Amino acid sequence: MDVGIVSYGAYIPRYRIAPKEIGRVWGSDGEAMGKNLMIFSKSVPSPDEDVITISVAAARSMMKRTDVNPRDIGALYVGSESHPYAVKPTGSIVAEAIEASPEITVADYEFACKAGTAAIQTCMGLVGSGMVKYGVAIGADTSQGAPGDALEYSASAGGAAFLIGSEKIIAKLNLTYSYTTDTPDFWRREGQPYPSHGGRFTGEPAYFKHMTACALGTMKKAGTKPTDYKYAIFHQPNGKFPSRVAKQLGFTDEQIKTGLLTPYIGNTYSGAVPLGLSAVLDEAKPGDRIFAIAYGSGAGADGFDIIVTNEITNYKRENAPSVKSMIDNNKFIDYATYAKYRGKIRMKEGTE
Amino acid sequence: MREVAIIGIGQTKFGELWDLSFREIGIQAGLAAVYDANVASEDIEALYVGNMSAGRFIDQEHVAALIADYSGLARDHVPATRVEAAGASGAIAIRQGYFDVASGLHDIVVVGGAEKMTDLPDAAGAAIQDSAADQQWECVFGATFPALHAMIARRHMLEFGTTREQIASVAVKNHKHGSLNPKAQFQKEIKLETVLNSAKVAEPLTMFDCAPLSDGGAAVVMCAMEKARKYTDSPVKILASSQSSDTLALHHRRTITSFQATREAMKKLTRRSGVEVSQIDLAEVHDDFTISELLALEDIGFFKPGEAGKATVDGQTQIGGRVAVNTSGGLKARGDPIGATGVAQIVELVTQLRGEAGKRQVSDAKFGLAQSVGGTGSTVVMHLLGVA
Repeated sequence: MDVGIVSYGAYIPRYRIAPKEIGRVWGSDGEAMGKNLMIFSKSVPSPDEDVITISVAAARSMMKRTDVNPRDIGALYVGSESHPYAVKPTGSIVAEAIEASPEITVADYEFACKAGTAAIQTCMGLVGSGMVKYGVAIGADTSQGAPGDALEYSASAGGAAFLIGSEKIIAKLNLTYSYTTDTPDFWRREGQPYPSHGGRFTGEPAYFKHMTACALGTMKKAGTKPTDYKYAIFHQPNGKFPSRVAKQLGFTDEQIKTGLLTPYIGNTYSGAVPLGLSAVLDEAKPGDRIFAIAYGSGAGADGFDIIVTNEITNYKRENAPSVKSMIDNNKFIDYATYAKYRGKIRMKEGTE
Repeated sequence: MREVAIIGIGQTKFGELWDLSFREIGIQAGLAAVYDANVASEDIEALYVGNMSAGRFIDQEHVAALIADYSGLARDHVPATRVEAAGASGAIAIRQGYFDVASGLHDIVVVGGAEKMTDLPDAAGAAIQDSAADQQWECVFGATFPALHAMIARRHMLEFGTTREQIASVAVKNHKHGSLNPKAQFQKEIKLETVLNSAKVAEPLTMFDCAPLSDGGAAVVMCAMEKARKYTDSPVKILASSQSSDTLALHHRRTITSFQATREAMKKLTRRSGVEVSQIDLAEVHDDFTISELLALEDIGFFKPGEAGKATVDGQTQIGGRVAVNTSGGLKARGDPIGATGVAQIVELVTQLRGEAGKRQVSDAKFGLAQSVGGTGSTVVMHLLGVA
């Protein structure tokens, strides 16, 4: 049985802040920082947005583009490292919002930035085995960067939802391959507001090692080479890392251009590869082959070999906003507004 | 006092050694030196380990016992001593080994140095480096190690007209030398503009004016000269060792454009060795910051005060110049795993004096000098080595 993407939807908050503005406040050369990271702006969630609202918005867009009866959805997983509740699922709210409850299994996932793709893998298994007719996989984050920390220049918000099924699939999920080791490059302990990271250790032994191994493993399993793909999406904590890993693997700038969103919206963590994949599906044509590698600190990478089907020509992409339209629909804010929106200002009790 | 020779050297690659632990680094360097010296472990009578701050970098104190244990020397109950003097830790360990052998107490001694600095976030690593300065009278008021050196640089520019470009050219030269050293952390040449335009650390110093945080280890085997030929055909002699101190805080000095401790140590070194500065072919000096190399060159007496910058730009300190300075790449390019640095300087001098430095070989090298600094010139240790 072919398993694939039946529908998808994305959401990116409208507000943006520029690295120069962040640097202005902390006395750093923000412009140079942004140039170095290849980040020109990052998305900022408004005060009434969180992973639940982002997931609901993405899932509703996903449902608008398909005629699938929400009651036929048997599973829903939300991958994020910024679930609003430590205990109490995000997914149950999303399931209610798209009218997929109560006969559904739901859980929240966490694997740093790759929990959303892990959710896709779970749905592939459940649909492929016939346990459920449709599964929903969501990757979304309102990621945290401590004030003044290097992460503050990149940590942003956004997410995307995928309806996984075996009928009317617009993109076939040919195969998935994962590569996981225990490599603590980035973490946030229970109760801590901001994550810690190993500085330069997050590069070579973490991101690059796992991304490269997973990419090579995926291509080996699929029997493919970089030139077989029209598009490639690599996890994008900044603009520089995915560009470099793509080059090392033999992919061109042209292949990664569409799915590389970090320069404009920052690092959306669990939303990163799902949003990149959504941007690619926004313009993909039948027969286009897509390569996607997600990375999660801690550390692991999920690889996907995807082929766009003829069904995409009948698919109602226009029923929901494209990724590009959400990137273009932006409003820049200053650091004071950003600090207020992100809850970084200490308030009197009861006034928050 | 007996004559002392170095009969074996070993060094790990310097850099971000994320797949090696502190003990593995120490053992790799130590074993390389022992193999090079062709001595048996039962011949080794003492071990000295230079280490600045394993307690803070990796939560491990008592590192001499650790290295003795994991290198097998604890089996023979060899005395193992850790030595600390901030940036000069390794050099003082060398000096302790030298005393041991020169005094006749021991015939064969291993001296090593190691540091594992990259397991911590960069800011934490830098804060540990700051602890070499005066915590109560400098750091508490906001001074950092780079800031103190930036003050030295500014004052040097004011007093002598030293230019920003002259200071930066030290990094360019040391990266060039580092590109020829397969053990160096940075083996890439850089342009002057790269130094000038990189991120500011403490004006006028930028990122490329500062030595990196590094992991690494280095070791040597010392032997009484009278027995050295039993193990090697190319022993290198330690002709003299000297050490001087100065105030811990920079602001207690009469001048900050010169390290008096270097001047005093150099006087002693000259007196003890009988070798004049003009006879020295190469020098490994403590370029933890680019400005530090200029101070070292002037205080040692290679150049007059205020003239080292111009000499560097003119290529007089390159390999093939008047005196080859930091042929290893120095702290800047070879890397600066603090406790290992002073030992690595000796490893480089021995490599050169043996004529085994390959592409970076200084031709016909007879005398090599090492200058190692703890803090902002509060401890200076110097050694003069010569072909035996």
